[in-house]
Amino acid sequence: MSAPPILMVREVSVRLGGRRGFLRKTVPPVQAVRKVSLDLREGEILSLVGESGCGKTTLGRTILGLQRESAGEILLDGRPVGGLAPEAARRARKVIQYVHQDAGAALDPWWSIGRTLEEGLKIHGVGDRDERRERVAAMLSAVGLEPAWSRRYPHEFSGGQLRRVALARILLLQPRIVVLDEPTSGLDMSVQATVLNLLLDLRERFSLTYLFISHDLSVVERLSDRVAIMYLGRIVETGPAKAVFAAPTHPYTRALLAAAPRLKGRRVTEHGAVRGDPPSAALVSPGCAFVDRCPIAKAVCSTEIPQLASVAAGHEVACLRASVEQTASMRARRRA
Amino acid sequence: MTPLLSVRGLKVSIRTDEGIAQVLDDVGLELERGRILGVVGESGCGKSTLIRAIMGILPRGARVEKGEIWFEGENLLVFSEDELNRDVRSSRIGFIPQDPLLALNPVFKVGAQLLEVMRWHAPDDGARGAERRKRHVGRLVELLRRMQVPDPETALERYPHQFSGGQRQRLLIAAALACGPRLVIADEPTTALDVTTQHQILLLLRELVGEFGISLLFVTHDFGVVAELCDDLCVIYAGQTVEAGAVLPILDAPAHPYTRALLACHPDRATSFAGIPGSVPSPLTPPTGCRFAPRCGDARAVCSAGQPPQGRSGSGAEVRCVQYA
Repeated sequence: MSAPPILMVREVSVRLGGRRGFLRKTVPPVQAVRKVSLDLREGEILSLVGESGCGKTTLGRTILGLQRESAGEILLDGRPVGGLAPEAARRARKVIQYVHQDAGAALDPWWSIGRTLEEGLKIHGVGDRDERRERVAAMLSAVGLEPAWSRRYPHEFSGGQLRRVALARILLLQPRIVVLDEPTSGLDMSVQATVLNLLLDLRERFSLTYLFISHDLSVVERLSDRVAIMYLGRIVETGPAKAVFAAPTHPYTRALLAAAPRLKGRRVTEHGAVRGDPPSAALVSPGCAFVDRCPIAKAVCSTEIPQLASVAAGHEVACLRASVEQTASMRARRRA
Repeated sequence: MTPLLSVRGLKVSIRTDEGIAQVLDDVGLELERGRILGVVGESGCGKSTLIRAIMGILPRGARVEKGEIWFEGENLLVFSEDELNRDVRSSRIGFIPQDPLLALNPVFKVGAQLLEVMRWHAPDDGARGAERRKRHVGRLVELLRRMQVPDPETALERYPHQFSGGQRQRLLIAAALACGPRLVIADEPTTALDVTTQHQILLLLRELVGEFGISLLFVTHDFGVVAELCDDLCVIYAGQTVEAGAVLPILDAPAHPYTRALLACHPDRATSFAGIPGSVPSPLTPPTGCRFAPRCGDARAVCSAGQPPQGRSGSGAEVRCVQYA
């Protein structure tokens, strides 16, 4: 029996919007996250994968406490930390920190990065100025930047360097879990490689656990221990990264893997192409959310919501049609 | 047969506050008829300047110092602004932009915007006035249907925000094809899209090349997209073409140290995420010799002495490196 998960998310749902404002259009509420459960184990990298609007960022923000869940439970080290207003939730979940997708936008352009980095320490009660400076300098060199650069302003840094600043800022707060929201989007490939390298290195040095939110399947396959594929607010497939990439079982996962451009020199083909655009999360389907685009859907799929069921050790799939036999035949074909 | 588009020894400098930036310094590429050429490079390598030079829309302060851009047997660099407008842009060279939302005006109906392009640039078929417009509407609806835009007839009456990102990109592909171009230039047209949508668009582009008899110049930074879509590849580093040839041989056996290093950073290939040491040289003060020499693991004394010669790799690609001279 392995150690209990550091973070447990149990049947969490998040509803967004639904406000009616003065002179504003009524916005119908959107079920951004629907009954999602996941476990994060100490030291692992769990990737949340999905296309825009699938709820992966909302789920990340909910875990962080910036967004309040409308149902479900969140347990940190076995203690419930859910159901709190954002401010209380952040206090209870200090060990969870978040790296923003756009590292530049998350920094104040009028503040030197030294001042920005120190502010976090100040808020968390490190009163002594010299100690703060010392810690900032040490952290800058830990993420591969010159300590002297603390006097510089955000615009003086390149995209890759800004990611490092963003990492330094949250690592100063000694987190145990880091939610990384598309940490390499918009970076050149050679820069992306160095940022990924740094992430792996920091995980070792500071014993971190990562929740990695991404849509880049090449990166996810290389980096993750486990993956969870999301579609319209639900996890449709989850399991060890190796198993999911070797034997994708949910039709959406299969479509996603077939669509991702890879280096293998395969040409674009009809194979695996899904029709249409992802539907809006505001549209509630009584059955499986993927039914309209699914190549193997049957009548039952539009009435019954599929639940996650195990197909192999730790590998779960929410699909009424992806039976165990199907997986077996796929595995056999892959081997042949 | 001569290639449809051939850029030779193109040098472009841009005057900036800090001095003269040599943005393109001897870039060359050849696009054969009916093929898809991928132009790959990291940000700041000069990809956008290259496209702008081909279309004659270089920014203020930019100057073509040397080189030739041959398109259908004519050197575009001797064309005047008027001639380019009348005979080349939109009519013979179509353009698909990176961000479809920026390219469409939010306050005009999609149909009005696309028909405006056709009004000025569609070939003269004898029809005038209302008759010409009617033919254009007909052609546009056909095109939108081919682009798999739902309800093509009513689509013309809708506004850009009423379409999804993938559909907007389909509208702009239709706009690029509307006037029957020979060459279509696409500037990272799928970077803003989700993977399944990107896959649909790449599939569509590949089919359109054969169907419409066009050649495609596809600018990207994603080797995965190149591997799946392109026939030929041209790798640019710091304003120079460093390796060019057929896609699959280059991906199998990249020859130039930069191509090798860049492919080694791809998560599908990387053994460790080492990256490439150093950074791209400033175009204000480019190194005297090979531009990649300061970051190259194989660099020798001769590399920083002068410009490396053009050679040929084992797989038949043109490589700018002393190792292949």
